Amino acid sequence: MSDPWHALRRFTQARIGLGHAGHALPTSALVEFQLAHASARDAVHAPWDIGQFAHDVDKLGLQTVSLSTPITDRVQYLKRPDLGRRLDAESHRRLQLLSGQNIDVALIISNGLSSTAVERHGVALLQAIVAAYSSRQLHIGPVCLATNGRVALSDEIGAALGARIVVVVIGERPGLSAADSLGIYLTYGPRPGNTDAERNCISNIRPPEGLSYEAAAAKLLYLSLESLRRRLSGVALKDETPRLLL
Amino acid sequence: MMYSTRLNSHAYTFPDLRTVLAKASPARSADELAGLAAASEKERAIAQSILADVPLKRFLDEPIIPPERDEVSRLILEQHDAEAFAPVASFTVGEFREWLLADTGDLTTLSPGLTPEMVAATSKIMRNQDLIAAARRCRVTTCFRDTIGLPGRLSTRLQPNHPTDDPRGIAAGILDGLLYGNGDAVIGINPATDNLDNVHRLLGLLDEIRLQHDIPTQSCVLAHVTTTMELIRRGAPVDLVFQSIAGTEAANRSFGIDLAMLREARYMALELSRGTLGDNLMYFETGQGSALSANAHHGVDAQTCEARAYAVARAFSPLLVNTVVGFIGPEYLYDGKQIIRAGLEDHFCGKLLGLPMGCDVCYTNHSEADQNDMDNLLTLLGVAGCTYIMGVPGADDVMLAYQSSSFHDALYLRRVLDLRPAPEFESWLIRMGIFDARNRLSARATGIPLLGNFSALSGELP
Repeated sequence: MSDPWHALRRFTQARIGLGHAGHALPTSALVEFQLAHASARDAVHAPWDIGQFAHDVDKLGLQTVSLSTPITDRVQYLKRPDLGRRLDAESHRRLQLLSGQNIDVALIISNGLSSTAVERHGVALLQAIVAAYSSRQLHIGPVCLATNGRVALSDEIGAALGARIVVVVIGERPGLSAADSLGIYLTYGPRPGNTDAERNCISNIRPPEGLSYEAAAAKLLYLSLESLRRRLSGVALKDETPRLLL
Repeated sequence: MMYSTRLNSHAYTFPDLRTVLAKASPARSADELAGLAAASEKERAIAQSILADVPLKRFLDEPIIPPERDEVSRLILEQHDAEAFAPVASFTVGEFREWLLADTGDLTTLSPGLTPEMVAATSKIMRNQDLIAAARRCRVTTCFRDTIGLPGRLSTRLQPNHPTDDPRGIAAGILDGLLYGNGDAVIGINPATDNLDNVHRLLGLLDEIRLQHDIPTQSCVLAHVTTTMELIRRGAPVDLVFQSIAGTEAANRSFGIDLAMLREARYMALELSRGTLGDNLMYFETGQGSALSANAHHGVDAQTCEARAYAVARAFSPLLVNTVVGFIGPEYLYDGKQIIRAGLEDHFCGKLLGLPMGCDVCYTNHSEADQNDMDNLLTLLGVAGCTYIMGVPGADDVMLAYQSSSFHDALYLRRVLDLRPAPEFESWLIRMGIFDARNRLSARATGIPLLGNFSALSGELP
């Protein structure tokens, strides 16, 4: 039986108004779901072309530095998040050469759990973030690109660069209708051992359905300025961005 | 104190109770990641046999995390009720398992006498059928605007999340869920951002819908407890106070909370006096692996840490507690088998400790799991007497990017196990023409008042 409120689907991507066969899903909805799940499963294991990404960021006139974790493949990435929070020795050497720049915000991009998200939205979001920071004369330092990183990798990178705050843009876990969502995590005074309560998060960056690049960058700028002013981040730093800015 | 045994002239020795517990845990990736898991199946089985002979009293004498270093340990010892413990005080873990499975009547009065470690230890030597059979004998009933946890009942949390918290998108999800008979545990939104104005607006939306349709349920926006407290100060309509909790002080600190904060939040919400049938108004979520992910596990295995979170929960007389069992990912619970096992363990431990235990039967796209695994867990939990499950449109949460149980899944479980919604909510469903009197969706195409009332959402509705 179909549902008369099916028309409400224009307000949400959620699977509402699916209809039913007795208690169960109609067959069309069942096979549609199976296809979406299969696609998400495939997306999780897709590799990230970091060389191409670095090339695209170079074209924006930004300096990049490529960093690595000790992770060797995607399956290990999934099973060993502890390794995704660490830099390898070579990456430490590269960062040492770049430290001492008096960086306000260290910016990191990692594919995380969705290379698709970084490939689809990464460069455009980066552009919006850089524009927002430039408008307030914040110094961002080199853009760090890290394959197979976890959020807490930002603590190590931010500390190595001596940055006042660290921001990581990372591919979020793929869902069925959203395999390309980016998240941003901000931490004040990065050092290994920061807890998640010390971070602020902006999630679901995925225009046109999710948050736009500009709205995400505006939120991030607000949080960054407040974080620098109050010398903290995390649960004590509420997002009170006026809605007008979004 | 050392724990050791000999097998085929090989000596197995474990330095302390914490290690026995960890090595005896059924396999899961979280304990492997933490370096706590048994090195072999044989070592695991030997640890289980040693654990079976440990007296329950030992868990009172040998705290696995020192009370002087952890407020959850202190809470566990303060909570312990020696009188309630008396009937089982002389048992070993193995004897306690047998006692639970024998027909010894109501287990509810026993809860205050049990500690999380006793319950976790017992679960480790229980098979899945034991976890189901023992949990089924526990009944925990809670009330706010309806009665949750009665025998023969199954409730659902309606979870209408939206990636940008769009009010129309959320309202559409709520309508869909109500028309499929979901929402008697709570209508609860995970907000996309913790922004105060945003959460305030969502609380207003939920309250308006509930009042307009006179729905006997409660609402919640699952923001951080400090956000909810600030919004209570600003006069927002807060029914339930939500917080994610864990089983160690350090893990809770990583969530930005402590026991004193939860206590204060509960008192603030109690002052609002919004419950009509009862004042259970805390809503907690938990999940194995949270202490490890916060690097705050003190060498204690994931399942024991999880059971300790239930000691935190029961200190606040919650309306609802659920483990979000498969949400955390494959580094903690690798596949369907591990998720199913953990879901049954969490439900058993929660129920035995006296909690209104539900389960978010769920998985992520990077786990080795699929809908069939969820069907299995859902059915097993239904048999075990699980208090509530989630209801997500089409099982697909478009905000949190994971799969949970769907509105249809709840209908399935009601059908095959003859489980009804909370009585007040069931009456409402029948009155609204959504359910017939036989616990099924009514034959309907038109004439459901709710549809007409929601028509402001869309000019195209009948």
